[in-house]
Formats: sequence, structure tokens, C-alpha cells
Amino acid sequence: MITIGNLVEIPLLTAIIFWPLLGAIVVMLLPRSNRTLVRWTALGFSLVEFLLTLYLFVSYDHAAGGFQFEVQAPWFAIVGSSWHLGVDGLSVVMILLTGLLVPLGVLISFEIDRQINLYMALFLFLEMGMVGVFAALDLVIFFIFWEIGLVPMYFLINLWGGDNRLYASVKFFIFTMAGSLGLLLSIQLIGLTAGTMDMVALAGFWPTFQGSENAFLGIDISTVKWLTFLAFFLAFAIKVPIWPFHTWLPDAHTEAPTAGSMILAGVLLKLGAYGFLRLVIPYFPEQAAMFAPVLAFLAVAGIILGALAAYGQSDFKRLVAYSSVNHMGFVVLGVAAAAWVYGISYTNGAAPWLGLEPGVVAITDTQSGIIAANGAVLQMFSHGLSSAGMFLLVGALYHKAHTRDLRKMGGLWVLAPIYGGILIFVGMASLGLPGLAGFVSEFMVVRGAWPVFTSATLLSMVGLFFTGAYILKAIQKVLHGKPSQEWIDYHHQHHNLEISWREIVAISPLVLLMLATGLLPNWIMPMINDTVTRWFGG
Amino acid sequence: MIEWTNANYLPWLIPVPPLIAFVLIVLVTNRSWWVTVFTALAASVLSWGLATAVFLRSAGLAFGPGLAGAAFGSSAPWLDLGQTQFMMGVMVDPLTTVMLFMVPLAILTIFIYSIGYISHDPRRERFLAYMSLFAGAMLTLVVADNLLLLFIGWEVMGFCSYSLIGFWYEKPSAYRAGVKAFMTTRVADVIMLLGVAYLFAEAGTLDFRTILLDPAFLEKLASTPALIFGGAISAAGLIGVFLVAGTIGKSAQFPLHVWLPDAMEGPTPVSAMIHAAAMVSAGVYMIIRMYPLLSAGAHPHEGVYNAPLLLMTYVGGFTALFAAVIAIAQNDIKRVLAYSTISQLGFMVGALGIGAYTAAAFHLIMHGIFKALLFMGSGAVIHAMEHGEHHAHEHGRHPHNTFAGDAPFDPQDMRNMGGLRQRIPVTFYTFVAGAMALAGFPIISAGFWSKDEIFSEAWHLGLGVLGGANTGYGPAIFLFIVLAVAAFLTALYTTRQVAMTFIGEPRTEAAAEAGLGGPSSMVSVLMQAPLIVLGVLALVLGFIGVHPDFPLLGGLFSAQGNPFHSFVGGTLVEHPPAIPFYWVPLLTSLVVALGGIFVGYWLYWRKPVPAGQADPIQVSLDRISPYLYTWMRNKFYLDELYDRALVKPSMWVSETLVSAILDQGIIDGILHAIARAASWLGELFKRFNRVMIDGVGDGIPMAIGAFGRWFRNIQTGNVQQYLMMAIIATLVIGLSVSALIVRVNTGVILLVLGVLVVIIIVLNLIGRAWGGMAE
Repeated sequence: MITIGNLVEIPLLTAIIFWPLLGAIVVMLLPRSNRTLVRWTALGFSLVEFLLTLYLFVSYDHAAGGFQFEVQAPWFAIVGSSWHLGVDGLSVVMILLTGLLVPLGVLISFEIDRQINLYMALFLFLEMGMVGVFAALDLVIFFIFWEIGLVPMYFLINLWGGDNRLYASVKFFIFTMAGSLGLLLSIQLIGLTAGTMDMVALAGFWPTFQGSENAFLGIDISTVKWLTFLAFFLAFAIKVPIWPFHTWLPDAHTEAPTAGSMILAGVLLKLGAYGFLRLVIPYFPEQAAMFAPVLAFLAVAGIILGALAAYGQSDFKRLVAYSSVNHMGFVVLGVAAAAWVYGISYTNGAAPWLGLEPGVVAITDTQSGIIAANGAVLQMFSHGLSSAGMFLLVGALYHKAHTRDLRKMGGLWVLAPIYGGILIFVGMASLGLPGLAGFVSEFMVVRGAWPVFTSATLLSMVGLFFTGAYILKAIQKVLHGKPSQEWIDYHHQHHNLEISWREIVAISPLVLLMLATGLLPNWIMPMINDTVTRWFGG
Repeated sequence: MIEWTNANYLPWLIPVPPLIAFVLIVLVTNRSWWVTVFTALAASVLSWGLATAVFLRSAGLAFGPGLAGAAFGSSAPWLDLGQTQFMMGVMVDPLTTVMLFMVPLAILTIFIYSIGYISHDPRRERFLAYMSLFAGAMLTLVVADNLLLLFIGWEVMGFCSYSLIGFWYEKPSAYRAGVKAFMTTRVADVIMLLGVAYLFAEAGTLDFRTILLDPAFLEKLASTPALIFGGAISAAGLIGVFLVAGTIGKSAQFPLHVWLPDAMEGPTPVSAMIHAAAMVSAGVYMIIRMYPLLSAGAHPHEGVYNAPLLLMTYVGGFTALFAAVIAIAQNDIKRVLAYSTISQLGFMVGALGIGAYTAAAFHLIMHGIFKALLFMGSGAVIHAMEHGEHHAHEHGRHPHNTFAGDAPFDPQDMRNMGGLRQRIPVTFYTFVAGAMALAGFPIISAGFWSKDEIFSEAWHLGLGVLGGANTGYGPAIFLFIVLAVAAFLTALYTTRQVAMTFIGEPRTEAAAEAGLGGPSSMVSVLMQAPLIVLGVLALVLGFIGVHPDFPLLGGLFSAQGNPFHSFVGGTLVEHPPAIPFYWVPLLTSLVVALGGIFVGYWLYWRKPVPAGQADPIQVSLDRISPYLYTWMRNKFYLDELYDRALVKPSMWVSETLVSAILDQGIIDGILHAIARAASWLGELFKRFNRVMIDGVGDGIPMAIGAFGRWFRNIQTGNVQQYLMMAIIATLVIGLSVSALIVRVNTGVILLVLGVLVVIIIVLNLIGRAWGGMAE
């Protein structure tokens, strides 16, 4: 609760959601001529937002668990919807990540000078959408924020993107809309059938719900569950993205402005995984368990093919974009293992879809499910750090060198030693070098998934191998070798290729957090673990 | 609360100084060479001091009672997992203790040597930073009390060796070698990661003491079928195979040995670090550490083997021989040593496979010392050759590049050397001490004792007292024979190396002028002082592992039993059996070592090969078949095979199959087809709208107008963009249909429609604004 002069009391979550909106409005109203003012105002707003999310992180009592900082107000009673907000450990971690990445993105966007007011306003508006999704506890609210997260990103790509921005932005928009459509319809269907849109209430009774008299068109409840499950699955699968719904990603990431790519990879992809953990597994334990092997297979396809595709790129940014397919594959693998363990323990070892009675299917120990889910969530966080960092570095180089073509680079380490050092560090974090954030989460996913989906986990190692290949390829193509005379002249006469102070400031928090999370993951793990353990009845 | 005087906390501090030095050098001192030198050196001295204190304490030589059967250490919660916590900690047991003798000492000498070696390189500060991280990672690995922390050190070392092998990254051969090292070991590391995860899943912990000192648990694991290939292998067996795979990569065993010879591209102190103090030793250390798990369910001393043990025996034995064969045909001074490392590691891996636990550990420690010595010695030789080349060139005695055709002068090629004994005597004598240890020169060399112990154990289990109780085990017989041949070849190529480098007349001007700048120069002192220390150790250190029944010396050094064996054996729950003394393996050891040395002497030393003349072994082998020597020299073309069979195809798969065909061809092709269909549908809707709108006349809603104008905005000729309209149209239709069916839900539908209209209007406005801006 934020109290202003004992008169106005704003709940913390409401403040966290609407503060960026206020920022967006203020930024739009600022004079266009004064770019410095616009930039610093946007940065100021996003920094205050970061402090709010940090305050949320610190004050959430993870030992007590459950949804905290809840806000509930009547809103749309006729459809059973209310303005319901609240956070658990998962949401808090994701909100913190959002709050952290946005100011860094704003800082990097200081290099934008076209329509800066609109750009910054859209950026802050986007933040509202993302935070809203993580804080929503009502399906309608969830959907509205979900869509809000889509629109500003479309414009960021469409107006400030690269050469192929039209194609990329529309592809992004259409893909996501295709998912949203089903999401919207199934939210309605659930609301109609169950008579409420409240996510907490639904999580309680929807899995066992046997239907009511005013069933929608008299459709059988299990059909409703299947339809809604599939629609949810598709919407979130596109967002993550799960192979083979991933082809929007390399285009969108590559064409987006640097900060757009940072947020897209850092936060927006996590919305999909968040949807799986928040809605799909708890609402549809049986269906999710049945689909879990498929999900695991697709996850491994994403891990391997994403890594191979990344290795095959000659565009630096596209390579980093494909790395997200590879890394998010581990999130999905963890989610799949968790879904299986959760679902099978839910049915007491039955597999109705195979006609197997309770007790027939081996119930894998819940510890594996917990570790897999923990790993998936931590992987979301650590991928948020490393992908944002990689995109920042790609952008930093592109801004100066005006090319992303790896074939034209080489030997730049001599010209930009600090940049080279940071690139290697962040590259190693992305590669999953032990001691840095990505390793802890990947290890947990592998550990959690191994007893559940053994062959899939075994295969995923092929992808992990190629993760090394593409990271080393990028480092080698950019940094190693002798710089050509053209680059030396360019460096001395046109544009210093060394990383600028502003970029160093922007990447430092990421670098520090990668190291901190890799060395002492327990600064954040209890927050995730306590929530996840509760899901599994711990 | 941490009590600093408590020995349990001391091991934590050992890896810390180099890690702090790394951070300090990177962030603070990198502009000043001498401050950097001080930082790195202080850190390695501090680590060595702490490690020595721990060593003395736990070996019972000072500060108290020694380990007395109980390891010490401490741990702290690191990661919350469900209701449990993962504990991260350090531990000192007998195996750690002997490693704490060898590793910090090797690191310290390498650091001192490095300062002389690298002081003229423009990136010397960065070099010491990486070396510090390398040292910190290795020390972390040594004191780790669980497999995860060991793996962290393991991988960080992998990163350091990648960076240091490719340290001179302007050279394509250097950065390629770095990438090759990283990727080859990564093949093994991802498999090892599975082993770690599997063990964690089965045991619920990765703590060494909990797992390895619990025979009941290991027994259970050995009788549980594995999750995959379950019919053929037990859980313990599969975990073991995964872990051994990690060592095959890290310790450069066949078929993943290919990275190690190329690692010579790095500066020489790096080679010493990789080959002796860290990296490859870590691989063998890990399997020795995990031996109780690897041998779970097997009893090699009773002839019962399991998959990991057999894998180790055959891979180790084969590698020992294979690498020794290749080493004979190499002319690069460092490359010979590289193959000797691969071969010697094969000795250790194979020995562990037949259950020769302490023999493997003994050879690991001895090898660490004498291989560090040999590498630093070869570095001094190369430095002297470069110096000589520079000198000869300066004096204009010969025009540049005349002695080797047009090829640039190679200071590492032994064919360019000869006669260096007179030029760099200190290096010569210390190098000979190391070479004696490598060749297994009788009595006064460390390598003799450790190899002898391996031979004895293989003999005992293989042939022993024929017909006796514990004899006649196939793997042990195999190992004995293979290692005997490998030891002969080792003695031969080592003698060849010493002879070609130091003996006879200089074969080039550079060799004639070679030197380290005189005995009083800084470089000379820094580079040769460590050699003397290690040289003495290479001669005498082996006496800590003499068999008690060895004639004369046994009574002198091992009156109360073999000290090394009884100390390190205490690591295991059940002390490994002491084997009886045999004359046959001792004689074998003597014959192969002296025989190899004699053949080497006869061919290369007695009458040194003059410049330009073919290698005598090549001459004799060519008489049998012209291909034999060529294949040996070209390492049996494995690099070429891997390149064609693995590297090139995976590049094709990633660039063509996955990126171009699958993603852009098939998946996007399907999408574009859908888009085309949808745009046709959208066109239909548009016509329909027009008809409707014409029909309605003036009643055109504002939104539809805006919608239409936006449509025009995105008509850029790219068909896919029509898909958007189609989606929105479908959305509207879907909503309308559902609105028709259920009136209750109209509120939501209206809301969403409203949102859509607002979005469209905003889209349109921004589109216009942008259009205006473009004008």
C-alpha cells in the first residue's frame, strides 16, 4: 500500500501497474523538441517502477506463500469478472525481471531520435501490459493485459525496426493474434461454464468441475475442457515460442530496435511459459499430463533445432534470436516434466487417455517435478538476463558498425577490448557456463526432467552441445582474428567501436545478476521454490 | 558463525586468492604490469601456503593428529529444492591432501615461470588474469565436497583453457585450437552433466561423503536397472559410464583426445597448466574420486568388472599405446609432450579400470610434477630458440628463412635444434630429470615408481602366481601387455626428444645462438628457478611410494608399509589390498624403460641425426611400408576424419537443412500458403463489405472507414500481411457468432470489440502520423 499524505491510498500492485501508464502519458505531453527531457523523464519513471518492483520483491513473504498484496474490486460482475490482482513467488520474480529490464531498455533507447516521445510512451505502456499479466488474477484482466503487451511491441517493431520491419511486425502480430483468438474464446467458454472469471477460484474447482445446468450449448464438460485446454496450449505455445510455432521470433527479434529485442526476449516470451505454469497445469492437470510427452518432444525439437539454426546464421542478431528458441526449450522441458508429475499425481497414477486405472502409471517422485518447475522458472529469469544482455551487445555493435553480418566482422577485440570482454562474459552466461545464472537453471531442468522424460533429456544434450557451438561461433566471428584495414580505419576515423559508457551502465546490472545468480542462487530461489513446492502439495 | 581457527573452514580459503586476483586484475590493475604481477603472485603464494598448511595438517606432519580416518570440511546451504537444500561445501580427505601437495606447487611454479615468459607480450595482464581464474577453478575442484562444485570448477577450467589456448587470437590456428578444445571437451561434458543429474536424482544429494562412503546405497544403485538401456546396465553403471565419458573428454582419451595436441597453440605456461597442474589431471582426479561409485557392484580384485571399469581399462590401455605410437613420429617439441600426456593419462585411466586405485593416484601426482617440469623446460627451449633466431638474424649471419625452404622458422621444431645442452645447461639438466621420470628410468625417477606400481598390480591380477586365487583376469592381462609396450615406446620417444634437442651439433644458426640472455637475466632466473625445484622432485618424489618388499629400498623408505598406498587408500571405506612383491613386473619395467632408452640412444644420441637427414625410425619403417610413418605423423588422420564426418555435416545441417529448408522452406512455406489463402478470403470480405456498405448507403460506421484505410496502409505487396486482416475478420466473425448464440456474454464481446476498434483507430492514427513523418 502506498500512502500519499494520509489521504490517498493506492494498493501496491495497482501502483505498479499504472505508474508506467502515467509515465507514458507524461512523456507524450512533453515537448517534442526537448529530447533530453523526454529521455530522462522516461528513465525516471521506469527507475521508480523498478524501485516499486524491488519493494514488492523484498516485501513478499515467501515463507507464508500464497497470493499476497491482493486487490479485489467489483468490475464486470455480469460476466463474473472482477478487478482482482495478486502475486505469488512466480509473479514476483517475473515482475522484478520486468522492472529491471525496462529501465535498461530505456537507457539503451537514448540512441533513438525519431519520434522519441511516442517511442518512450509505447515502451512504458508495454511495461504496464507485462506487469499486468503477471499480477492479474482474473481471466479477463489477464487477457486485456496480454493484448496490451502485444500492441506496443507491434509498433516498436513497425516504426523503429530494421529494413524488413513490415514483414516482421505483421508476422509477429498475426502469430500472436492467432493465439489470442483462441485464448479469448476459451476464456469466455470457461467463464460461461463455470460462472466466474476469477483465476484463484477457478484453480480451486475447475479441474474437478463436472459442469452445471446452464452448460454452454449443452456441450459436454470434458469437451469444454479439451477445447479450452487446446486453445490455451496454442496461445502460450506461440508466445514461448515452442517449435514449430517459432518462426515469427527470429524475424521479430532481428527487426526490432535493440531495446525492443531486449524486452521481447527478456520478458514477452516468458508470458507464454508463465501461462503454462499459471493456467494450463493447474487448470488441466489430466490434459496437461497427457500432452506432457508431446510437449517434451517439442521442447527437445526446439532445443536442438533452435541451436542448429542459430549455428547456421550469419546475421549476429538472428543468431542471438534463435538462441531464444534453444533456451526457452529448456523452460518448456521443465514445464513438461512438471506437468507430467503434477498430472499423474493428480490422477493418482491413472492415465485415463490410455484407459489405465489409478495406480498403474508410476508416480515419479514429486521432488523431480518441483526441481523441474524450479528450473523452468529460474531459466526464465536467467534467460531474461542473458538474452537481454546479448541483444544489448548486438545492438551496441550494430549502432557503431552498421552491420550485423558476421562474415564482415572479425578481429574487433583488438579495437574494442572492453566490449570483447563483456561479450565473452555474457556469451558464456548464455552458453550455460557453471558459475553463471544459466547453468543453475539448466542443471535443475535436466535433473528434474531426467527421471520423467529420460530419452528427451538425453537428446536435449545434443542441443546443449550446439549451444556451445553457436556462442563460440559468434565470439569467434566478431572478436577473433586480425581486424581488416577497413575496420581499423573505420574505428579511427568514423566511429569508435568500443562500448560506450551508457551501454556499460546498462549492461552492468545484468552482468552482476548473472554472476550473483550463478554463484549464490539462493538470493532468488526461495521465492520460486516456496511457491513451486506449494503447487506440488509441499 | 564461522570460527576462523577451525580447520574445517580452512579449505574454503584455498581457491579464493586466485579468484580475487582474477577480479582485481580484470577490474583494477590491468593497466599496470608490476601491480598485476604482484597480485597474481601474491595470490598463488597465498593459495600455496594455505594448501600446504592443510596438507601438513592432514598428512599428520604438523599441526595435529592428521586425518585419522576422518575427512574434515564444512558446507553451507546453497540452493533450495523443494523441502530440501543443496549444500555447497569443501572437504579434505587423503586424496584431496595429495592433490593439495601437487596442484598448488605446480601452479606456483607455473606462475613464477609465466611472469618471465609473458613479460613482453602486449596482453600480459590479461594472461595473468586468465591464469589466476584457471588456478582458482582447479583449486575449487580439488577442495569440492560435492560433484556439482567439482563440475563448476571443471567447466570454468574448460573456459579458461579455451581462452588461453586461443590467447593469441589474431592467429587463426590459435583461435581454432581454442574452439576445438572447448567443443571436444563439451561433447564429454554434456554427457557428464547427465551423469551428475542422474546421480543427483538417485541419491538426492551430490555430497561425496554421503554417496561414496555408503556401500549399502552403492549396492542398491548397482542392482537397480538404468532408466534407459535398463536391460543391459545398472543405474550405477550408466552413471559411471556418463562420468567416465566426461573424463575421456577432459583427460583427452581416445577418441576425444584430438584437442590436446592442438592446445599447444597457447603460450607454454598454459600448456604446463593444462597438462600438469589442472585440466587433464582434473579428469583423472574425478574418476579416482568417484571410484567407489564407478566400481559399484564390481570387484576388480576378484575378477568381477562392470561397464565403467571395462570402459576405463580398454580406453585407457588403448590410448596409452596409440598416443605413444603417434608421439614417436612428431617433430614439434611440445607435440611430443602432448602425446606423451595423452599416453600417460591412459596409464592412469587404465590402472583405475583394473582397480589399481592408489597406483592411479600415485601416477597422477608424479606425472603432474614431471610433466609441469617438461613443459616449462620445453618453453625455455623454445624461448631460447626464438632468442637465438633473433640473434642470428640480427648479426646477419644468414638471411631470413633460408634453412627451411620458404617456410617460416619454427622454433618448436626439434629438427631445427641440436646442441642446446651447451647453450642452456640448467634447462638441459632439469629437462633430463623430467625425461627420466617420463621414461621410467630405474630407481632415481618419480615415474619409475608410479609406473612400477601399475605394472605390479596389472601383473598381480592378470598373471600373478599362475593358477593362484586372484589371477587370470582378462582386462588386467590386456592392460599389462599394452602398457609394457607403451612404456617401451615412451622411453624411446623421450630419449629421442632429449637427443634431438640437446645433443650433437646445432642444426641451425638459431640453435647455435640460442640462449636465455645469460644466467643473471631476469627471464633466465624466473624461467629456470621453477625447473630446478621440480627437477629435484622429479628425481626423488617417487620414494614415497616404494613397495615394502622392494630389495633394499623397501626397508629404507617403506618400513611400515608403502606410505602413499596406506595414506591414499584411507580415502576408501575398505582399504584397497596391498599386493605382494613380484620380480616379473619389476624386470619388465626395467627392460622396457632401459630398452627404450637404449634404442633411443642408439638411433639418436650416439650419432645425432644431421640437418636435412631423414629420421632413422622413418627410414626403417618406410622399408616395411611407406604409409606407416606417414599415418603416424599425421595422427592416423583422425582430425581429417572428424572434420569430414562430423564438422562439415553439422554445418550443412545447421545452415542448409534446419535454417533454410526446415524453417524458411517448410514451416514458413506453410504459413505463407495459409497467408495467401487468407488474403484471398480477406479480398472476399472486402468485396462483401463494399456491397454491404453500398447497400447501406451513408450509414458507414467510422470504425469501418478507419479499418479500410488501415488496410490500404498495409497493402505493401507482401501477401503475408493480408493474413492480419483475415485474423481480425475471423475474430470479428467469431465474436459475432458467439454473441448470437449467447446473449449473456454480450458484455465481454462488446468490450473486446471496443478494444479492437480502439486498437484499429490507434493503429490508423499512428500509421498516418508515421506517413506524415515520412513525407
